[in-house]
Amino acid sequence: MSTTAEQLKKAFAEKMAQAKSLSEFNELRVEFLGKKGVLTEALKGLKNLPEEERKETGKQLNLLRAEMENAISEKITACEEAARAEALSKIVPVDLTMPAAEKLGSLHPVTIIQREIEDIFRSMGFIIEDGNEVETEYNNFEAVNIPKHHPARDMQDTYYLDNGQLLKTHTSAAQNRILRKYGAPCKVLFPGRCFRNEALDASHENTFLQMEGMMVGEDVSISNLVYFMKLLLTEVFKREVKVRLRPGFFPFVEPGFELDISCLICGGEGCPTCKNSGWVELLPCGMIHPNVLTMGGVDPEKYTGFAFGLGLTRLVMMRYGIKDIRTLNSGNLKALSQFGTK
Amino acid sequence: MKISMNWVSDFVDLKGVDLIDLIDKLTLTTAEVEGIEEHGKDIRGIVTAKVLKVEDIPKSKKLHKVELDAGDKGIQNCVCGAPNVREGMIIPFAMLGAQVGEITISPVKLCGVESRGMCCSAYELGISADHSGLMELPPDTPLGVDIKELLPIDDVVFEIDNKSLTNRPDLWCHYGFAREIAAITGRPLKKPGLADLSVYDSLPEVALSIENPDRCYRYVGLTIDHVTVKVSPVTMQIRLFYCGMRGINLLADLTNYVMLELGQPMHAFDRKKVGAISVKNFEKPFEFTTLDGVTRTIDPETLMICSDGQPVAIAGIMGGANSEISEETDSVLLESANFDGVTTRKSSARLGLRTEASARYEKMIDPELCDLASRRFVQLLSEIDPGIQITSRLTDLYVKKYPSVTLEITHSYIEKYIGEPIASEEVVHILTSLGFGVTEKASTYTVTVPSWRSTKDVTIKVDLIEEITRIHGYNNITPRSTLNPLVPVVQPPVHEAEYRAKLLLAETCGLHEVHSYIWNDNHFNKEAGIQAPGKVRIVNALSPEQSELRTSLIPTLLSVASSNRSLSSFGIFEIGRTVPQLDTDNLCVEKRMLGILLADRKQSEETLYLQLRDVLATLTAGLLNQNPGFTRKTFPEMNWTHPVNAAEITVGGKTVGYLSMLAPEIAANIDKKLHIVYAEIDFEALASMDRKPVKYQEISRFPSVDLDLNLLMDKRETYAKLAAEIDRFASPILSSYELIDLYEDESLGDKKCLTVRFHLSSLDHTLTSEEATAFSEGLLTALEPAGITLRR
Repeated sequence: MSTTAEQLKKAFAEKMAQAKSLSEFNELRVEFLGKKGVLTEALKGLKNLPEEERKETGKQLNLLRAEMENAISEKITACEEAARAEALSKIVPVDLTMPAAEKLGSLHPVTIIQREIEDIFRSMGFIIEDGNEVETEYNNFEAVNIPKHHPARDMQDTYYLDNGQLLKTHTSAAQNRILRKYGAPCKVLFPGRCFRNEALDASHENTFLQMEGMMVGEDVSISNLVYFMKLLLTEVFKREVKVRLRPGFFPFVEPGFELDISCLICGGEGCPTCKNSGWVELLPCGMIHPNVLTMGGVDPEKYTGFAFGLGLTRLVMMRYGIKDIRTLNSGNLKALSQFGTK
Repeated sequence: MKISMNWVSDFVDLKGVDLIDLIDKLTLTTAEVEGIEEHGKDIRGIVTAKVLKVEDIPKSKKLHKVELDAGDKGIQNCVCGAPNVREGMIIPFAMLGAQVGEITISPVKLCGVESRGMCCSAYELGISADHSGLMELPPDTPLGVDIKELLPIDDVVFEIDNKSLTNRPDLWCHYGFAREIAAITGRPLKKPGLADLSVYDSLPEVALSIENPDRCYRYVGLTIDHVTVKVSPVTMQIRLFYCGMRGINLLADLTNYVMLELGQPMHAFDRKKVGAISVKNFEKPFEFTTLDGVTRTIDPETLMICSDGQPVAIAGIMGGANSEISEETDSVLLESANFDGVTTRKSSARLGLRTEASARYEKMIDPELCDLASRRFVQLLSEIDPGIQITSRLTDLYVKKYPSVTLEITHSYIEKYIGEPIASEEVVHILTSLGFGVTEKASTYTVTVPSWRSTKDVTIKVDLIEEITRIHGYNNITPRSTLNPLVPVVQPPVHEAEYRAKLLLAETCGLHEVHSYIWNDNHFNKEAGIQAPGKVRIVNALSPEQSELRTSLIPTLLSVASSNRSLSSFGIFEIGRTVPQLDTDNLCVEKRMLGILLADRKQSEETLYLQLRDVLATLTAGLLNQNPGFTRKTFPEMNWTHPVNAAEITVGGKTVGYLSMLAPEIAANIDKKLHIVYAEIDFEALASMDRKPVKYQEISRFPSVDLDLNLLMDKRETYAKLAAEIDRFASPILSSYELIDLYEDESLGDKKCLTVRFHLSSLDHTLTSEEATAFSEGLLTALEPAGITLRR
């Protein structure tokens, strides 16, 4: 090896051994390999050497340069790695377990269940209507076959207004208007807020939600009613339910039924929920009374129909296990904000 | 109502009928059986015995040592504490091992004397409420006989849910249930034994008159003398007791017995205390003492029974104390009448006096029952007291009859209604078994409705379908889907929008939905200082503080906010109804309103107010693809609105509602530190607007230029004014602009500085700086007349 290369190699090795930091290695690179670095200068000086020596020294110097370059690069990479590791070690990881500031509001539980049931009906081609909360005596009573002097019209249950109107006591108050609007055939579901003059306690509210459905057509029969009710309740409870009908009296249907479902708690074996009968009374239904059809402008000789009512408030309480009915109208956000939006 | 199966067996043979099965069948075809009482189940080993000896027990004042003869069961000994124990009486005796209710009889020592059995009272046998002493049996009672062989202690009583009988006047009695059970089980129905009273037709009439024939359909009177038996037979007493009635005396018990059996209320007057009977109303209110000893005020609407013009009973409700049957009574005037249901119900409600009789009249019972009941009464009475003497003819004033009902129905209509075939024989059989008369011709049935079903219950042909299907069995009908023609369904838009709006407010804006009442809470309003008088009132509200229907949602939402004021920050909304006015016909104008309320302790009112504006903008963008406009306005008629920071909300130029900060005085009353802002929107008006169609704008392929201009304008001028001016300067290269900063500082004097970023672009070329400069110069020139200048 030529003395120049030898010397350079030695000098580089000594300096490399002393250098520690990134900047020192960068300086070394400039010192040896920079434009005016010693190795660069040595390479420039090659042209002054005799031909035979030039070739050999040139080879050696170029080799040396590659060695130096590698050595420095390696050191520099190591330094950068160390620096990055050092920097990373200083980062405090973000604590994602801190409580999230969730921005979601909430729908009223009645709205949620109402929508769920409306969706079932929509999927079966029902129109979803809604009626008024203030009604005339005619719509609330006469039009659904509850004549004057009927016990259901006694003061104690109904909120009468000083202009002669009333707060509707049942969703049936919308039947007449809907029959007149859609005529026959029709399939309509009409949820609504109803009012009964009652003292409040954990299981009694003066303001509650009902849903009522009607299906009118040329050949709508009791057999269709049973089929539809089974289908509906299977959808509502998301499992097969057994139903039974027994006589029930409601002036706006004939025949009228009380529909019981096989107790979902005990499966019909008998338990405290079903008072050991295996059945739970769930909803009133029946074939629409011919007088109601007539008053709604529908010919009862040509068309028949069925109607049913669903206590939405009760369904909500069952679904969520709400024990005190007053919670629903309380406006208490500690309770209401729990329900999310679906 | 309680129905005794022993009693029913008088009319229909129940041998071999499984009672549990019958409960189910009755529930599914007729009326809900709520429960059963099994009487006599816990009574066992009780025999008749004669008291031979009664000896005092020295250590006890009450107890006696008793020796009894129990026939072939031998001589028995026990200790007895009954006050009426005496030698020679025959009593029910519980032997060792006997079951008396919850007690099993075993040997015990009382006051040092061994007792090997128990002398029983009627109460202990479960057949009476009388526990005053031992039950004394007639002197001719054989000894050592099981008491159950002598007395019908064993009985199963069904408790029927009265609500399920409201439309069935015929079912308020045992005979009615017997008829149903006969039809359900397919067994024959036996008729009750009736006395033949036609033999007395030559006797004088009872002096009767009906002054108000609208309210009294029929009045049947009969006088009976020489009644000597005072106490009802034990068998009758047991039935009455099992059915929840108290035994009184033979005549009173018999009226109750006939009522429970046939459903016809009856009244027995002491004949010596009454004269000519009239049924009438009085013109003026007066005081009257009923036989329960209570003095009541009778109003002119209440129908009365009078004797020689003086009131002696409230028609259909309760007799008077002045003509009551007493110990001395040996002669009666028997009333079997039919009073109008509505009149009776209303009188009963006004008097606050509901009786077994009134409950039946309310249901509109069959007037044909009147004479039947009289004849049944005489039949039963003469069996008990053969020495009685009928002293009048059966006097019958039948002034108003229900029309007899005959219906025609075709077999095909029945099948169409049911939805499946049913045999014609079954139709005929069912109707006949329920007492309907049926003739069939060419698949058409002509059906005569029996009188007990035609007072209101069965009047049209679908009522017959109910009869046929319930006995056929609702649960024997196969469920089938309808075959409806396929038609598109158009959903009413507002209902759908309501849910969309709720979802936007809850999911996008983070608000919580609440439901509040349709009436004002005037207690809260008063405390908060809110003046929101309702336009219409509930006349029978439980509380006068909650009787006015709300004219606005905001007061009720403020009440909700107030009750949640322990929370530091919340937003609520409600879509609910209000009645802001009455129309020209004095009918309520009902509005569907949306109320939104934000409350916060940390954020300033101003920030909150702007947040509310953002909520409203999100809502209208989501529902209608439009931005709302806000015009500052005051609403002095709503004292909860803010005198400065309140504004009208417009969408597409139409006013839909308002938003406001809470009026400072009300805020101070609710919670000084809780900032509240709110908005109220006529939701129906909003939701009925057309959604603005989306106008897609082509995105330029060429780079756009952003130009920020600091514009000075008067402090009190609105951004809307600036925006309007910019919009008017319609430049083809202006694709959009946005406000990026608002700078307000005293150094600006009466001005404020708005930094607006203009996005300039062209669809066909890259903009040059000259074009941008030309835009800004042009715009500034256009803005100058409006007092808007560039801040240098």
